Amino acid sequence: MTVDGDLLGYRRAGDRLHELREREVLRQRTKIGFVFQSFNLFPHLTVRQNLSEAPRSAQRRPRAEVDVVVARLLDRVGLADKADAYPHTLSGGQQQRVAIARALALEPKVVLFDEPTSALDPELVGEVLEVMKDLAVSGTTMIVVTHEIGFAREVADTVVFMDAGRIVEQGPPSQVLDAPEHERTRAFISKVL
Amino acid sequence: MTLSDTQAAPAHPRDEPVPKIVTARHPLRWLSGAGVLVLLAMVASALVTNPAWEWDVVGVYLFAPSVLRSVLLTLELTALAIVLGFALGTVLALMRLSPNRLLSAVAWAYVWLFRSVPLILQLLFWYNLALLYPRLSFGVPFGPAFFDIGTMDLISPLTAAALGLALHQAAYAAEIVRGGLLSVDPGQRLASAALGIPPWRRLFKVILPQAMRTIVPHAGNEIIGMVKGTSVVYIMALPELFYQVQVIYNRNGRVMALLLVAAIWYLVLTTALSVGQHYIERYYGRGRAWPPWWS
Repeated sequence: MTVDGDLLGYRRAGDRLHELREREVLRQRTKIGFVFQSFNLFPHLTVRQNLSEAPRSAQRRPRAEVDVVVARLLDRVGLADKADAYPHTLSGGQQQRVAIARALALEPKVVLFDEPTSALDPELVGEVLEVMKDLAVSGTTMIVVTHEIGFAREVADTVVFMDAGRIVEQGPPSQVLDAPEHERTRAFISKVL
Repeated sequence: MTLSDTQAAPAHPRDEPVPKIVTARHPLRWLSGAGVLVLLAMVASALVTNPAWEWDVVGVYLFAPSVLRSVLLTLELTALAIVLGFALGTVLALMRLSPNRLLSAVAWAYVWLFRSVPLILQLLFWYNLALLYPRLSFGVPFGPAFFDIGTMDLISPLTAAALGLALHQAAYAAEIVRGGLLSVDPGQRLASAALGIPPWRRLFKVILPQAMRTIVPHAGNEIIGMVKGTSVVYIMALPELFYQVQVIYNRNGRVMALLLVAAIWYLVLTTALSVGQHYIERYYGRGRAWPPWWS
């Protein structure tokens, strides 16, 4: 698997794949953002510290620069006033928006979302999807695992339908979601819509 | 009646007086309280009026220079044993959780050995180390030595005591720290790894601060246990608090008074530590909703 032509986890030498050293793996991880189903914010750090930790320690960027990036990101996800709050004082939707901002703070080439809204109250799903839509429009590459079919139809360039770990079908949303070819896809769509 | 009706209507019609609430009486609570007070008064009077306690002697020896010096030594031993014990214990806990099977096995064996042999026996062993290895040399393993030194010169009774207590403490500390590390949500490790945070930073900035919440109450137990546990080093004739009061009462025969002096000092030390523990717990509890009076 490659990101921007960069093979992940291995270095190729002829017909051999050499496992990368820890330092190299960490460098590659900073290019890939990850948003978890269960947020996984650091509970003992404030929102601001949650965001600035990785840019400071993994990318060694200067504090002043990171402070600017953090302020801009919090503003972007609509939580500028929560910079000094601890995660437990925030709602689920706010926590997930902080988690998205935290992933973006590394300025990754691609952001992975693992069912980002499935741990949220139905009421709070909207605010998170709103932030993700804004990202999609601004050109961030995102790979999203989701059951929010409406969101996928609206935002996705390519939809991949999977069952039991295998790809059933893929293509633009107009094809996969509106005119599925496979029985399995049709069965799923008919249940969630 | 609908919900809006109940909210709109006053609790009582205007013309009817609001009944006064009379709290229930609890005569048994008063009786049992009185009983306990009488018992406490009896205990206090037994302590104060019995001349055998010799409170005047207690007063004389409580701040005697030799007693104060022994309190200081007890504190010194406790601090050394706890700091070294928890430092080594943390290393052992990390070894135990390491994917390297050999490291993990060695850490397990250490805990097994030092938890299994009685402390007093371990102390005597370190005290008498010179009998086994009269000289210790430092250099390349199995190769030339850079310098060597007589075991007796290197390991004084104080070093032997501190070493013995610390190595024994490390076995217990290892399990406490390991329990703390295991109590942290695995998602925290995943998140910090996904963010590319370097492994040491991950441990010290993300995992350990959260593990401290679980570690501190157990560590508090151990530290308070250690304050009192240092009294076993009296077998090495080290003038810590317990040994010192024995020396004094063997000389003057005021046994109960001097045991009381020791008891009072142990109470003072452990009380100070308990108060300190409260504040440390509050610090590591930051960012948590529970218990509610913290935030």
